[in-house]
Amino acid sequence: MYDVVVIGAGVIGASIFRELTKYNLKVVVLEKEIDVAMGTSRANSAIIHAGYDPEEGTLMAKYNVWGSELFEELCKDLSVPYKKNGSLVLGFNDEDMITLEALYKNGNKNGVKGLALLSREETIKKEPNLSEKVRGALFAPTGAIVGPFEYTIALIENGVMNGGEARTSSEVIAIDKKEDVFTLTLKDKTKLECSYVINAAGVYADKVHNMICEETYRIMPRRGQYYVMDKSQGDIAAHTLFQCPSKKGKGVLVTPTVHGNLLVGPNSEDIEDKEDLSVTNEGLDAIKDAAKRTTDKINYRETIRSFSGLRALSDREDFIIEEDKKVKGFIDAAGMKSPGLSAAPAIALGVVDLLQKKGLKACLKATFNPKREQIRFMELPQEEKQALIKKDHRYGRIICRCENVTEGEIVDSIKRPVGATTVDAVKRRCRPGMGRCQGGFCGPRVQEILARELHLELQDIVLDRDHAYILTGKTK
Amino acid sequence: MTYDLVVVGGGPAGLAAAYEAFNNGIESILIIERDMELGGILNQCIHNGFGLHTFKEELTGPEYAERFIDKITDTSIEVKLDTMVLDIKEKTIYAMNPIDGYMEIESKAIILAMGCRERTRGAIYVPGDRPAGVFTAGAAQRYINIEGYMVGKEVVILGSGDIGLIMARRMTLEGAKVKAVIELMPYSNGLNRNIVQCLEDYDIPLYLSHTVTQIIGKTRLEKIVVSQVDDNKKPIKGTEKTFTCDTLLLSVGLIPENELSKQAGLQIDTRTNGLVVNETMQTSNEGIFACGNVLHVHDLVDFVTQEAQTAGKYAASYIKDEYKKGTSVKVKNGKGITYTVPQNMNTISKESIRVFMRVSTPSYHQKIVVNCGGKEIASFKKKTLLPAEMQSIVLTKEHLAAIEGDITIYLEEGK
Repeated sequence: MYDVVVIGAGVIGASIFRELTKYNLKVVVLEKEIDVAMGTSRANSAIIHAGYDPEEGTLMAKYNVWGSELFEELCKDLSVPYKKNGSLVLGFNDEDMITLEALYKNGNKNGVKGLALLSREETIKKEPNLSEKVRGALFAPTGAIVGPFEYTIALIENGVMNGGEARTSSEVIAIDKKEDVFTLTLKDKTKLECSYVINAAGVYADKVHNMICEETYRIMPRRGQYYVMDKSQGDIAAHTLFQCPSKKGKGVLVTPTVHGNLLVGPNSEDIEDKEDLSVTNEGLDAIKDAAKRTTDKINYRETIRSFSGLRALSDREDFIIEEDKKVKGFIDAAGMKSPGLSAAPAIALGVVDLLQKKGLKACLKATFNPKREQIRFMELPQEEKQALIKKDHRYGRIICRCENVTEGEIVDSIKRPVGATTVDAVKRRCRPGMGRCQGGFCGPRVQEILARELHLELQDIVLDRDHAYILTGKTK
Repeated sequence: MTYDLVVVGGGPAGLAAAYEAFNNGIESILIIERDMELGGILNQCIHNGFGLHTFKEELTGPEYAERFIDKITDTSIEVKLDTMVLDIKEKTIYAMNPIDGYMEIESKAIILAMGCRERTRGAIYVPGDRPAGVFTAGAAQRYINIEGYMVGKEVVILGSGDIGLIMARRMTLEGAKVKAVIELMPYSNGLNRNIVQCLEDYDIPLYLSHTVTQIIGKTRLEKIVVSQVDDNKKPIKGTEKTFTCDTLLLSVGLIPENELSKQAGLQIDTRTNGLVVNETMQTSNEGIFACGNVLHVHDLVDFVTQEAQTAGKYAASYIKDEYKKGTSVKVKNGKGITYTVPQNMNTISKESIRVFMRVSTPSYHQKIVVNCGGKEIASFKKKTLLPAEMQSIVLTKEHLAAIEGDITIYLEEGK
């Protein structure tokens, strides 16, 4: 019998899960996919919004500003790449300049620190590669960039280190409740019992909700496509560059990533299929066109990948963070469109507070360790590199030539709690295959290391999920 | 650690360059190779056709490499395998391996021979899903020829570059069904002999002026949509054909691997994506030479060997302080020529100079003309010129004597 079951190991579920492991509770997080951070948390803009966008008084406003303030220390504790690079919302015409002023005021009401309206000259001084048409900008020094899947994985790992349980390949197919006890049935027919259920199932939150509750909301995914550019383009922007927001969202942004690439996107398309992560010519072309307003310095021949992510939009305006009115103990953390990632740490605090208000008895554990370490070899000082290779020679062998990832780091990513079992899971943890050759050189070697460490055959290793097999058998 | 010469890369270019430098009197030489074996990409090219020019016989890739590996085994040339060069600053090389750990290596001269890598799906924007089963042709070749595993059963190949053509035959011989080779251009990008021996002999259709417009498959590739393209290479609506397949191989071009060169601050040619060199294969920094696919992508290894020998020879003369600097002139490409290597020339060169180039479109009965200051100083008749086939001309001492400034190389009708 668990105290709390969290459904969904995206950034929201992971944040709540880790927060709960601070207490003397029996907690499990369930993920339907083969790995954690497999949905929206692995495919988004990778930015921490300052919080000037959401309307004052909304949950989005409250949790965004609060969450963004918590991020830096969390990333330090969890050894996750994070950089407070600041953001600029650019204005191109009179209407935009009015919008910027409104955002400035709204941001101040929301409690965003350090906002400033900049003239064209001040803006260009910060970002010399901006287009001629830029008239001015709203500067938010607390805007930041982060590794979103690294962050989600780190939260799960840290939660497990602190006594929580994480189960992958564990899709919930039914939820029942008798008296005060929930029974969750998994796809493999396993049954779990618990007192509280947290629904953080992302684009499938409505489906999970409706397993036991009456329908109160719908999730309608809104797809966003992106370009990832080579590091050769990474210096084009230092700040995250937004255009003025519209009803469709925050528009196309141009931002450096924590790893030195440049990210350009997203567009915005309402789609039916919750698994449709395809990219389209029309979508990518539209992004290119829109980004041209921001800067014409991007060389798209340096694109190394394009991808899509799904915003888990609901038919309500705001985040849905509440206990179901009829099914007591069932708590939704759903409808996490932007700024869901930015808000995640604060949402976790909010949800735990809500649980306690709804009767969960939770005492803080003295043993909770907020720290989680991960070696990123290339970032170590020279002497430490040398010492580490001496201790474990696998740190002296580079497997990924583009990102300079060592065998030691890859083995570590497999051996860690909730370790990698697929080629992409390794990639999300320590980056082999993220670079310009996209795993052309290192893919087969990562696969070999996985097979060796997991005692499997080479052809048993999949790309990213069940049935995504890479090899079909031995040669003649 | 200190050496007279460090060669970065132990593929065909690095091996030949090191051996040539040794033959020119340099004894303190180190080859750094990131793989576990010497030979580079030749090791996975188990088909024959290598060495017709160099050895006057048809060898497989590994056999060709072996000839050079054998040669250097009997010399004082040292080799560090499983070793990655992380940075080059001036003449200091920063490298790492599991045994020596992190190393700083000083060298009098450096030869860069890092080769090239394949263009990926990301670089060519193929729309659709991102399932397993989409490989670059070279990665598939490694799985099959080195690891001994098949990558699929029903295959479509995008791009008619040589690796794609070779892989069409290889996959067929391994029992896979290769359904089509799709080429964006109205002509093939592979050598004619490969079209005949790898496609026609196996009845594999080649769709020219076509491209892949959709990749479908949530986990493993299930099908692809192919469309015909117009003169601007834009897909034509209504021409879509669907192929059921579990594998898509991409043979859509190679890019010289110059990240180290860029870190070292060397000049790159935007036409080749390779290093800028003069006729001695010296880069924009004195004492740093380069050869092979790191300069421009070759279709024949024999030319790589030739270039490497030039680099090795002049690196040796640089080390011995015999390297002569002259006045440098630029080699520019004119009509019909996309690039030349070398990009610069020293007019005091006492020897003939071979200039490599590629043409932009297929053409017939042409003259390659070398012009200096409005004066034609040389011309070479060519019956057939194809973008897939690298051209070369040799400028003799007499030609060179006529050079007084920058030269331009272009095509002219010439029956």
